[in-house]
Amino acid sequence: MEPIHLTVNGKTRAVEVAPDTPLLWVLRDTLGLKGTKFGCGIAECGACTVLLDGEAIRSCITSVKEAVGHRITTIEGLSAAGGHPLQKAWVSEEVPQCGYCQSGQLMAGAALLAKKPKPTDADIDEAMSGILCRCGTYQRIRRAIHAAAGEVARGQHR
Amino acid sequence: MASIVKVGRRRFLQVSGTAGAGLVIGFALPSPLLRAAQAAEEPFTPNAWLSIDPEGQVTIWVAKSEMGQGVLTSLPMIVADELEADWGRVKIQQALADPKYGSMSTGGSASIRRSFTPLREAGAAARMMLVAAAAKAWGVGLSTCRAESGAVVQLASGRRLSYGELAPKAARMEIPKQIQLKNPKEFKLIGKPMHRLDTPEKVNGRARFGMDVEFRGLHVAAVARCPVFGGKIKRFDAAKAKALPGVVKVVEVPTGVAVVAKDTWSAFQGRDALQVEWDEGPAARTDSAGLWAMLHEKAKGEGATARNEGDALAALKAAAKRVQAQYEAPFLAHATMEPMNATVRVEKGGCEIWAPTQAPQWAQGEVARLLGLAPEKVVFHTTLLGGGFGRRAMPDFVVEAAEVARAAGVPVKVAWSREDDMRHDFYRPMSLHLMEGGLDGRGKLTACTHRLVAPSISDQMNPGSVKGVDQAAVDGAANILYAIPNLRVEYVMARTPVPLGWWRSVYASQNAFATECFIDELASAAGRDPVEFRLELLGASSPMHPVVALAAERSGWGKPLPAGRARGVACCECFGTRVAHVAEVSVVKGQAKVHKVTCAVDCGQVVNPDTVRAQVESAVVYGLSALLTGEITIEKGRVKQGNFDDYPVLRMREMPEVEVHMLLGDWESAKLGGMGEPGLPPLAPAVANALFAITGRRIRRLPLKGSGA
Ligand code: FES
Ligand code: FES
Repeated sequence: MEPIHLTVNGKTRAVEVAPDTPLLWVLRDTLGLKGTKFGCGIAECGACTVLLDGEAIRSCITSVKEAVGHRITTIEGLSAAGGHPLQKAWVSEEVPQCGYCQSGQLMAGAALLAKKPKPTDADIDEAMSGILCRCGTYQRIRRAIHAAAGEVARGQHR
Repeated sequence: MASIVKVGRRRFLQVSGTAGAGLVIGFALPSPLLRAAQAAEEPFTPNAWLSIDPEGQVTIWVAKSEMGQGVLTSLPMIVADELEADWGRVKIQQALADPKYGSMSTGGSASIRRSFTPLREAGAAARMMLVAAAAKAWGVGLSTCRAESGAVVQLASGRRLSYGELAPKAARMEIPKQIQLKNPKEFKLIGKPMHRLDTPEKVNGRARFGMDVEFRGLHVAAVARCPVFGGKIKRFDAAKAKALPGVVKVVEVPTGVAVVAKDTWSAFQGRDALQVEWDEGPAARTDSAGLWAMLHEKAKGEGATARNEGDALAALKAAAKRVQAQYEAPFLAHATMEPMNATVRVEKGGCEIWAPTQAPQWAQGEVARLLGLAPEKVVFHTTLLGGGFGRRAMPDFVVEAAEVARAAGVPVKVAWSREDDMRHDFYRPMSLHLMEGGLDGRGKLTACTHRLVAPSISDQMNPGSVKGVDQAAVDGAANILYAIPNLRVEYVMARTPVPLGWWRSVYASQNAFATECFIDELASAAGRDPVEFRLELLGASSPMHPVVALAAERSGWGKPLPAGRARGVACCECFGTRVAHVAEVSVVKGQAKVHKVTCAVDCGQVVNPDTVRAQVESAVVYGLSALLTGEITIEKGRVKQGNFDDYPVLRMREMPEVEVHMLLGDWESAKLGGMGEPGLPPLAPAVANALFAITGRRIRRLPLKGSGA
């Protein structure tokens, strides 16, 4: 099998998998990046959300060949040590319950903030409605995004 | 204070900020089998719950499962508070399954309620031994010494010995017979909003759930199961599956055909390539329409008496006005965010398991029986759970993984797809409720009857075990707190081949829907305000009275709302906690839109108040998903829904504002109530009652989807 070269969290990684393998399983099983989760496999739940050139995408329906040549960012690469404003806000607002959906929530939130540093509630609804949370942490996610947006606006982000 | 600990091959987390205690994350990798479950520590280990090493490091074991409700933080808070530990020197470990912890099952909203006193005693006993060791070392009276923040001090002299210094000495002290608990007024952690210790790892991708277990030599399997409940394999052809590059082998197990592969995707693909012919069995004739017809037929007969006050039938006949209504609630799936999975390694004379389960000891016992091992030869790690809601109390997915691992002869993680998870769940039972009420000439409720027809979870699990009333099935119906002079609640058992299980709040979810919607119907018939009607019916001395009053007051009940909006109220007591919700609702393009839910909660007292709030918010969302769209239907013995496209759950854009108000008693008199479930039952009726206030039409069948709300 021809190796496929991917750029994941700033590093080039060579993987030997079939080109139509979903990116999700390459990240989780081939590269051992278990922070990205499997929830539905059909683009309904958003647990598998990662960034492709900064855009939030669903890695369960994105084949690994579609990711070639693009920058892939997973939760492990969102910040060096949990220091992204969203991660900090997630801690201070006590967002996670079981935590299973939270990588996806954070990646979708990060893509949103990168585009709209001061999102409205409507922006948050639009950007975040694709990421399910069975534990019902939506209210705190909304609060945490607003809190992090405040931080970013005050220029405290890196 | 940050703490980094490194022991063996376990990985630990650095906890930053002020939270203090450190959480041991992940799980031990495969260990030499058959070692003692927790190697006897040299440190001071007075009981199963804690140990203190000579450096002063306190370890606290948590024997309940973390499924989002915060036990990894709140249970250690209880131990540490009585111990007078320095929270910054505490590290938390998930306990291996072991009888020394008593029941490790996590369910029934019972973790705090049942653990509170034993954990306080565990911490207090250790504290007393540390104080006794210090007093002995100094040759002074016990009463002159006090424990505080990880040390014992003698007040008069100012002498001080740290817990680390005392640990070897304390280990030689007698375990106290009479344990002195702290005065609750002196609680330092209990009752304070403490940061959850599992949050940092849940925001940086390092939290490890069952699905994330990985070690060298581990295979991943997917199982093709008969879509019809109770069906068996007739024959199968695995040639195409075996031809796939990642597939390692295909084995038959009692639940189906397992494709064992190098990775998850190959396992799923291999499973899709199988050709299996099923012997579907008798359940293939089951469908939802038939089950409803059966319930309605059963409802014609009298049920077993669950509660009987006065003479409801006579009082109904004498009533000035009679009201009748029927309510229906469907089967529901749990749909935990993390699908079922379990990892098993079988070796000669032993077995090691990693599973996201609510009942590790049950699963451990079942696997031990399957493999012919003593339970202690099954080393059982509970991983983090990506949601539980009752589903993960069942041992089925662990036992199946053990079957696959044994048949395959390699360590295996059995990974379920979402469709597997939704179609092989243990479902919230469907139910039918026949209600009748009688009002006198002045609009006072004089009589009420409730005939509840539903399959019994207990009886399905142990056939014949339920004689007459299934007590669990009448929760939220027989124990309503209204002072109705003539009240009759009956239970009629129905049977179904559809597997049944405990779904968050169990039968209280259906019963409160029927009861609290009907109370609203009666209030309307009496021409009364729904809150006033309830308060009067409860009576001023009812423990629910202040809860309903608080929810009403905080919601602005009676105050004007924007055009098109209305409020609805409902309340329920279950699992020792009373909750009332007021929902503020409108109808947008024929769809119900919930704007706000104001919740009042009386759970006696709280250990970690923010966790209590989070549980109420969570229960509201879970209940709202069920109310709006939740329905599992059966066709030809199989579940029709399979994923979040046809079993939708609440999304961000549908999220109402949730406001939680707590009514706390004092520690002396307060009885602790559960919090995982009680926020759920009053949600559906509160919203349904608000919708009535807008549309004038009653909601009597769930979900709203398809009912044209
Ligand atoms: S796993 Fe990709 S959207 Fe659900
Ligand atoms: S925190 Fe559990 S699914 Fe979102």
